[in-house]
Amino acid sequence: MARITIPSRKASGPDKKGVPARLKFYVDVKRCIECGGCEVACKNEHNVPRDIARIRVVTVNEGQPGETNVSIPCMQCSKAPCVSVCPVDALFTREDGIVHVNKDTCIGCGYCLYACPFGAPQFPKGSPFGARGVMDKCTYCAGGPTEEGAHSEKEFRLYGRNRIAEGKLPMCASICATKALVAGDAEEIANVVRQRAAARGSQGRVWGAGTAYGPGA
Amino acid sequence: MELRRVTQGESQNAGHSWLGKLNARIDRRKFLGAAGLGIGLASVGATLVREAKAVTTLAPGETTQIKTICGNCAVGCGFIGEVQEGVWVSQEPWFEHPINQGSLCSKGAAAREHVISEKRLRFPMKKEGGKWVKLSWDQALDEISAKLLEIRKKDGPDALMILGSAHHTNEAAYALRKFAAFWGSNNIDHQARICHSTTVAGLANVWGYGAMTNSMNDIRNARSILIIGENVCTSHPIAMQHILIAKEVNGAKVIVADPRFSQTAAFAHQHIRLRSGTDVAFIYGLVNVILAKGWEDKKMIRDRTYGFSDLKKELKRYDLKTVSDITGVPIKEIERVAKTLAENRPGTVIWAMGGTQHSNGTSVTRSYCVLQLVLGNMGVPGGGTNVFRGHDNVQGATDLGVLSNTLPGYYGLSPNGAFKHWANVWGVEHDWIKSRFANEKMNGKVGFTVARWYEGVLMDSEELGQEQNVKAVFYWGHASNCESQMDRVKKALEKVELLVDIDPFVTTTSVMPDRPDGVYILPAATVYEQSASVTNSNRDIQWRNKIVDPMWESKTDLDIIIRLANKLGFGTEFTKSGGHINKAWNTSDPEKLVEDIVAEWNMGMRTIGMVGQTVKRMKRQQRLAHTFDVKTKTAEGGEANGEQWGLPWPCWTEKHPGTHILYRTSIPVAKGGLGFRARWGPKAPDGRTLLAAKGSTPVGSSIQGGYEEMPAWKTDLTGKVFEEAIAKGLAPYGNGRARFKVWNFAKLGGDDVPKHHEPIHTPRPDLITDWVTYDDVKDHYRVPTLYKSLQKAEWVKDFPVILSSGRQVEFEGGGAAERNCEWLVDLQPEMYMEIHPALANDHNIKHGDWVWVYSPKDTDERDSKIKVKAKVTRRVSSDMVYLPFHWSGVFEGKDLSDQFPEGYIPFAIGESANTVTNYGYDRITQMQETKTGLCRIEKA
Repeated sequence: MARITIPSRKASGPDKKGVPARLKFYVDVKRCIECGGCEVACKNEHNVPRDIARIRVVTVNEGQPGETNVSIPCMQCSKAPCVSVCPVDALFTREDGIVHVNKDTCIGCGYCLYACPFGAPQFPKGSPFGARGVMDKCTYCAGGPTEEGAHSEKEFRLYGRNRIAEGKLPMCASICATKALVAGDAEEIANVVRQRAAARGSQGRVWGAGTAYGPGA
Repeated sequence: MELRRVTQGESQNAGHSWLGKLNARIDRRKFLGAAGLGIGLASVGATLVREAKAVTTLAPGETTQIKTICGNCAVGCGFIGEVQEGVWVSQEPWFEHPINQGSLCSKGAAAREHVISEKRLRFPMKKEGGKWVKLSWDQALDEISAKLLEIRKKDGPDALMILGSAHHTNEAAYALRKFAAFWGSNNIDHQARICHSTTVAGLANVWGYGAMTNSMNDIRNARSILIIGENVCTSHPIAMQHILIAKEVNGAKVIVADPRFSQTAAFAHQHIRLRSGTDVAFIYGLVNVILAKGWEDKKMIRDRTYGFSDLKKELKRYDLKTVSDITGVPIKEIERVAKTLAENRPGTVIWAMGGTQHSNGTSVTRSYCVLQLVLGNMGVPGGGTNVFRGHDNVQGATDLGVLSNTLPGYYGLSPNGAFKHWANVWGVEHDWIKSRFANEKMNGKVGFTVARWYEGVLMDSEELGQEQNVKAVFYWGHASNCESQMDRVKKALEKVELLVDIDPFVTTTSVMPDRPDGVYILPAATVYEQSASVTNSNRDIQWRNKIVDPMWESKTDLDIIIRLANKLGFGTEFTKSGGHINKAWNTSDPEKLVEDIVAEWNMGMRTIGMVGQTVKRMKRQQRLAHTFDVKTKTAEGGEANGEQWGLPWPCWTEKHPGTHILYRTSIPVAKGGLGFRARWGPKAPDGRTLLAAKGSTPVGSSIQGGYEEMPAWKTDLTGKVFEEAIAKGLAPYGNGRARFKVWNFAKLGGDDVPKHHEPIHTPRPDLITDWVTYDDVKDHYRVPTLYKSLQKAEWVKDFPVILSSGRQVEFEGGGAAERNCEWLVDLQPEMYMEIHPALANDHNIKHGDWVWVYSPKDTDERDSKIKVKAKVTRRVSSDMVYLPFHWSGVFEGKDLSDQFPEGYIPFAIGESANTVTNYGYDRITQMQETKTGLCRIEKA
């Protein structure tokens, strides 16, 4: 019997205290059903304004064979292009891999939007001539960029709740309808992906296998 | 958005003052040190997720976590609500919940906004001189009850029609059916009529119970999955979790049969694009292949079924060429599906409205049973007919009889049988109940249905099956935009003397009719503002905790029902239990009241074994959720050892674990085993036996073979009959055979064995001769219903495009709650019509263009039309258009915004699909034929 079950019901691995985590998202496109749960959960948790989509499900080949859905939050890139291009250093990467934006520093130039491969940076509407306002994005549910303001009213208003500090994972992945969107330490995610690949007969049906090993992989 | 909560008319802005007060904080620095461990959660891990606390009162400012059950669809997902100082501030996943394991779809993730939406109704209102006026509860109920009594005196009790709800809790549903009986009419019905009535009638007449036979979780055991007429991704998203696990782990073959390439079809190994309304022909094509190849389960057919020879006779009409011609499916594809299902057993069949909403819907659902019986997929894990029900408690409201054709528990309406049993349970004189009705004939006569109640208002009373017209109507948690023939509904809403709309939000019912007065709006509490039990699609009865007190001035359904009963003068009789309980309900404490009502239905619901699901057991299961295995839904060890999650009915006694899989003979009755129900006696009218053959019994049976039902098993309130039967390894309802042939349907004018009939509005007039519909019926749930006289070959000339309707993932039912929820409207802000590029180009329609959709005149003198935006997509075939049915607020191009009370216009409005869905009703249950109609489209 293949061992794959919903990982939530598994005990966590051995204590690896002291090894820094590398926090990641992973979207299993063989699982994402475009239900929009992640999008709504994000709004519910962080009180995100109507015009901001910190996470969005994208569907390709809609209504035809090959129809595929991908839920796309900020992917928390290890070498984040947004961080590289930010002219005022408002963006930075935390020790655990979370990419933060400091809204007190951000000037809303939108340069990060050019750099981001996933369309993660968001700019509030509602002012004349579509003025951008400062950038908003998925926080990996880690609240604001500074420790001083943790759990403050200001942090909630600008960034939303700080689940990571409470030891909880991002809300979108926590409630994902089919466990398509997975969040956590990259190593744990790799284990989940391996288990699923094994259960599926390991026919290279993992998202990205085609790119890595050529078409037909 | 701000969090607001007002009680007793006082406003208090909670703002975000709760910030910084959340308990169980972990210092960030400390947390990062432990990240390697903590973050091992990967999507999931429960280690650092705070365990949900029992509902206890914490110090002010602290967070209380409350486990509850989602109020949207019938999957029955659990989640945790977090409350601060009486305000619902956030939601957390309930990872240990065996059905959803923390997962939620967009609707479930938005549950909190159902409660805190700024569009929530704040107080009772009535329309006076064309304006909405605020009322106190007392004044509203005084006026309503005075008018009801006046109508009762003038026109009798049958002049009231009550449309109840699949969102009622079990206890409210039960109380509302009891209320109708005490008022003295069977004119009560709810959404099940237009959602799965054909399934309930179909399945109940095949093998005894009209319910899903296996469970969502059990799909994990399947090796093949045929999804026909259901878009799981959209309608029951969390069930996809189990389907995808079966696909990934078992290598289960997934086949989706649907006129659309649905979101679910994208996950299938094979998609069958059959013409809407041709399911019976398609299934018979499969069965013919299976029989021709000798793949059938001969033992199942021989030992546990009745009427196979009659079925075989009918099957001769469905050679593959004919089937292919009717359905539009190539012969090779039919053969491939049959082979896949035969080679991958056990397999399950899943369906929903695509199967049920047809004029021969009861035959469609029965044909699915035929397939499963022939394949031998019944009574086994991974098999069964997995009927996906719609609303969160549509199964419960059906079980508890919010229907015009039965009292709770499917006892029927016989004045000296059903009413006698329930009078006993209610602790009232049988004669007193009878005296409440117009006469004994009306006491036992089925009432109007949701589908056609409005004709009771509009038609001449001489055409009706009751003496007077309907003069008053209650819409209680029910959306009028879910009913076809909406222009007729609108007229009826304008004509009744009294219209009462009870809902957490302003619904279509209040704003659609053009009338200056006579409309009352009463604010109901949502499902999250009351503790009660709720039954999911697979018969699991779960305890749903109240998260917060009713907002504003809203009241729970139960509260309103009891107040009305008091005002109408039968409150004392209404609020007590008879039998061995024999005491009055505790109406002063809402929690105790619900417990008293559970005890009452525990006592009375013998037929389906809603007996062992006591409040104590339900609450214990909630606490012990983590001890239940996901695949078997069985508790392993611990206090609940051996119990099934949800104590699925039949749960015969307080010691019985519940029945996970119906008709399973491989386990004893005491552990959830059963044969088919011996519901129709030992012999059929043709003399053949209806009892199972020797050797076909649940394990441990003291009788080797079939046997009749136990004497008095339906009416013995003491439980002795059940206990004695189970001790002998016997099922209280006997051990019978599943019926391919249903003679009682034939007697009514329906089909003896399931048959294909062309839809009333068929796009294939050439098929009418061979596959004609039924004869017209004079008294069909008290109204005349047309079949043959309306099935015209010429419809298709002026209306050449097939019209079908369905769901979108963000909304549910009439959409009143969801269209008043910003988060959901953000995802789907507009009504639309799906149209294939070829059909769009033929009509010079581009993506985003406005389009008029016209429907035939049917029985009245006018065309109906709606104006919608075109969504050009290959999801639909080029001969059809598809409309989601959740929208309202625009009627035939006219914006109804000015009809709403000030401040209550929903975040999104749009044309209702049901304005143009066609006439057409199931022959047995009067289900509306909304999945197959005809229309004409024009660029606007």
